[in-house]
Amino acid sequence: MSDLRIWVAVALIGLATYGFRVSFIHLFGRIDEVPPRVSRPLRYVPPAVLAALVVPDLVTIRPTALATLADERLIAGVVAGVVAWRTEDVFATIGVGMATLWLFRFVVFA
Amino acid sequence: MHEDFRAGTRDVAPLLLGIVPFALVAGIASVEAGLDLGQAVGMSVIVFAGASQLAALELIGENAPLAVVVGTAVVINLRMVMYSASIAPHFARYGRRTRAALAYLLTDQAYALSVAEFSDDDRRSRWRYYVGAAVPLWIVWVIGTVTGVVVGAGVPESWGLTFAVPLVFLALLVPAMKDRPSTIAGVLGGTGALLAAGVPFNLGLLVGAGVGILAGVIAEEVVA
Repeated sequence: MSDLRIWVAVALIGLATYGFRVSFIHLFGRIDEVPPRVSRPLRYVPPAVLAALVVPDLVTIRPTALATLADERLIAGVVAGVVAWRTEDVFATIGVGMATLWLFRFVVFA
Repeated sequence: MHEDFRAGTRDVAPLLLGIVPFALVAGIASVEAGLDLGQAVGMSVIVFAGASQLAALELIGENAPLAVVVGTAVVINLRMVMYSASIAPHFARYGRRTRAALAYLLTDQAYALSVAEFSDDDRRSRWRYYVGAAVPLWIVWVIGTVTGVVVGAGVPESWGLTFAVPLVFLALLVPAMKDRPSTIAGVLGGTGALLAAGVPFNLGLLVGAGVGILAGVIAEEVVA
């Protein structure tokens, strides 16, 4: 991306995000509550979006099941997922995940 | 320093450690996506919302169309509307300019701490406590980004440091799947994005997110 396009992206994302932040803080008194038709889908934005971000970074579908599963990113992701579930600690999740990735990339599959 | 401001600062302290890796990864991912230091800091100051920044950086690195970069980040930040609605009654006593400034600092952490504190202690100064919690988050976020840019520029690519990005998302995803409908939203969102990975214009993420949100709403309907 060119420098200009990066700045345009930053500006547009920043503008929209500020709009979300200020929305009800600004409107309070006129609209006091998010209608349920809006709030219900919003509850599922975090799990759906985060999973949609994570899975394609960990999995690449290959011709055979073995080739798909024997992928250092997937193995590291599964291990890190267990750490995240057990500890709910971002540092531990990143640390164990990266260590597993390097173990398989530089030792096991090397 | 006012006591209410200090209370906010004290309560946010343990959370600061949690956003350090996040901020470092944002800096590292900025380098990998081809941003310079000024652009990386500009993004952290102007957008100031970690998950959306990481997603945008990944797409920028893949040369995705501008509309997809912006659209994806915007969907991720939609949740801020909920925070804004929930904290709005506490800020209603302030003037328009003050409210406009307070809104800029609204983040997951500042929101969660403040709303919990305000319902516990009705006499707390709203803006002082909130600013006391939000400003340290802002400072750590910006300094962390700068540090990440410097670190990211010095590490060989074969180390795959950008793999820290999905790991951060994973650490956020696991607690977000807290009941059955949200777990279904996550599982189908991830599967949808994987199957749609080949869709043109890098729209796979938005397709997966849409599938997941819809699945969550339907699942809630069925369970209820």
